[in-house]
Amino acid sequence: MSKVVEIRWHGRGGQGAKTASLLLADAAFNTGKYIQGFPEYGPERMGAPITAYNRISDERITVHSNIYEPDYVVVVDETLLGSVDVTAGLKEDGAIIINTQKSPDEIRPKLKGYKGKVCTVDARTISIDALGRYFPNTPMLAAVVKVSGVMDEDAFVKDMEESFAHKFASKPQVIEGNMKALKRALTEVKGL
Amino acid sequence: MAIRDRLSGNEAVAVAMKQINPDVVAAFPITPSTEVPQYFSSFVSDGKVDTEFVPVESEHSAMSACIGAQAAGARTITATSANGLALMWEMLYIAASSRLPVTLAVVNRALSGPINIHNDHSDSMGARDSGWIQLYGETNQEAYDNLIQAIRIGEHPDVMLPVMCCYDGFITSHAVENIELVEDEKVKEFVGDYKPEHYLNNAANPVAMGPLDLQNHYFEHKRQQAEAMKNAKKVILEIAAEYEKLTGRKYGLFEEYKMDDAEVAVVVINSTAGTAKYVVDQLREKGVKAGLIKIRVYRPFPVEEIAAALSKCKAVAVMDKADSFNAAGGPLFTDITSALYGRVDGVKVINYIYGLGGRDVKTDDIEVVYNELLEIVKTGQVKSVYNYLGVRE
Amino acid sequence: MSKERKVVVTPETTWKETTPGGIIIDAGNAEDFKTGDWRSMKPIWLQDKCKQCLLCYPVCPDTSILINEEGKRVDFDYDHCKGCGVCVEVCPFDAIDFVEEE
Repeated sequence: MSKVVEIRWHGRGGQGAKTASLLLADAAFNTGKYIQGFPEYGPERMGAPITAYNRISDERITVHSNIYEPDYVVVVDETLLGSVDVTAGLKEDGAIIINTQKSPDEIRPKLKGYKGKVCTVDARTISIDALGRYFPNTPMLAAVVKVSGVMDEDAFVKDMEESFAHKFASKPQVIEGNMKALKRALTEVKGL
Repeated sequence: MAIRDRLSGNEAVAVAMKQINPDVVAAFPITPSTEVPQYFSSFVSDGKVDTEFVPVESEHSAMSACIGAQAAGARTITATSANGLALMWEMLYIAASSRLPVTLAVVNRALSGPINIHNDHSDSMGARDSGWIQLYGETNQEAYDNLIQAIRIGEHPDVMLPVMCCYDGFITSHAVENIELVEDEKVKEFVGDYKPEHYLNNAANPVAMGPLDLQNHYFEHKRQQAEAMKNAKKVILEIAAEYEKLTGRKYGLFEEYKMDDAEVAVVVINSTAGTAKYVVDQLREKGVKAGLIKIRVYRPFPVEEIAAALSKCKAVAVMDKADSFNAAGGPLFTDITSALYGRVDGVKVINYIYGLGGRDVKTDDIEVVYNELLEIVKTGQVKSVYNYLGVRE
Repeated sequence: MSKERKVVVTPETTWKETTPGGIIIDAGNAEDFKTGDWRSMKPIWLQDKCKQCLLCYPVCPDTSILINEEGKRVDFDYDHCKGCGVCVEVCPFDAIDFVEEE
């Protein structure tokens, strides 16, 4: 693993991209890493494009700017591809992970000539099947762990199970649904 | 054993407050400091602290309530940002001149206008002459550590001054990062009990505070207040040494990063120091003798120490995240050049105003600054003393 | 000085000796500040006419009507009386005369 892995999240206000970035930070923290998780704050408006960031490293991280040349980009909402330059600065040896029903080859033409790895995951179907509702952040979180390899997959699954158990102590069916969504997303990422 | 955790800056400060368990917290919410009293009020509701939480109707009232409580003999903490700090203005001076060691977390935010919620230092820099001790922190860790030490610094009998602990809004306050917490018991022991010599709620020894103070005595009281600020420098270092024994984390008046043989150096405050350290490392790999000074204690200002630390440099850039609108550089630049005057000759010093209103500060921006310093060393010429970094020209 | 004082602040007190923030450490030290010389009119207590009704006592803004151990008023405290004349107005028995200060 290179010194610092930088991840940029694109989502829309209310979809949980910020929460997903904090969950990723949490999971990486729990596997012993140094982490940063922070959103680019602005007026909070449901549906408006938002950006969130992660830095993950084995060593202390001192840089406190936004991320301009990410190793990985996660697009939580496919409809952003038309309005936001999601591949800006994205490293060619990195990858973009997009929530879509389309295949990587179908989606690549929308990425302004990005030559690196394109991965897709159908977070909508996974979420609706597992949770009965559309919460794309859990499947996207699993997908970014799978694609980036920032942490051991088994350790990640174990940590998330504990974290959900803690967070949804009074709603066991939500724990089970989230874990189903998580595990399925780990196996269904395309374009690896 | 220290507790490994990950917290945002605001969470870390609220946890420090929980561990300090002050007698009174009076606060009014304002972005980006809101979370501090918000988290803390949940500790109050959950019975995790014994604090009297006073939800007031403005920041002027918040500081007034803190002053009243501290005068009564209560250890008191509050938090604010930007316009909230501005609304406290009148009361800041009264806390300091009444020698009441209130502790204030300032989550730095641009002071209106135009209205902006993001980070710069225009709020706390404006309060630099209010008589408060000012500590600045680069990270959530430093924000946490500074707040715990602030209690001891302010309450020290040789000081008795209020303390502002400043850290960057959003960049530090809202970003989640690794942190090492001190155990509750150790913090409790470190801060001890507040034992002022005189306080209003002391029936055995009644006193009056805040009297009218005219030509005959006002000057003597201000002179005494100035002496307390001088004393603070020594006390801050003593408390830091004690804190280092407890945590292993070393604090001084400022941090010197790779300054031993540095020819070019940047002087900077808060989170940008971290970004600049990364650039220093990159330059060092290329063989450039670059260094950095990060100010921790801005009031009292460590004039002799700063002058000594910069004396061997050839060129220095002072970075201000606030403008003074004096047409002659930012507040830190004024203080640094004043510190060098008559103490150090031959160091070329330039100023950059940067990052106003939350304009992101990238490693590329910091490289521009070091490159300019290297150019000055090469040519011996300063093209421009007062500069703006990252503004559209 | 009528009482033991912990700190006596005078016009000569230096910044090293004065109290922090101007705090008044000795409760009731207003007594040390003699205001009797502010007086241009002087109240005179006429003991013969006085019925000890004590209506004068609570109205005195300077606590200059002194009460003895038996609860009876005695003569004025001229060190602090500023000669405002409120006691003269309030006395129902004309037991307080009000004359020009000499």
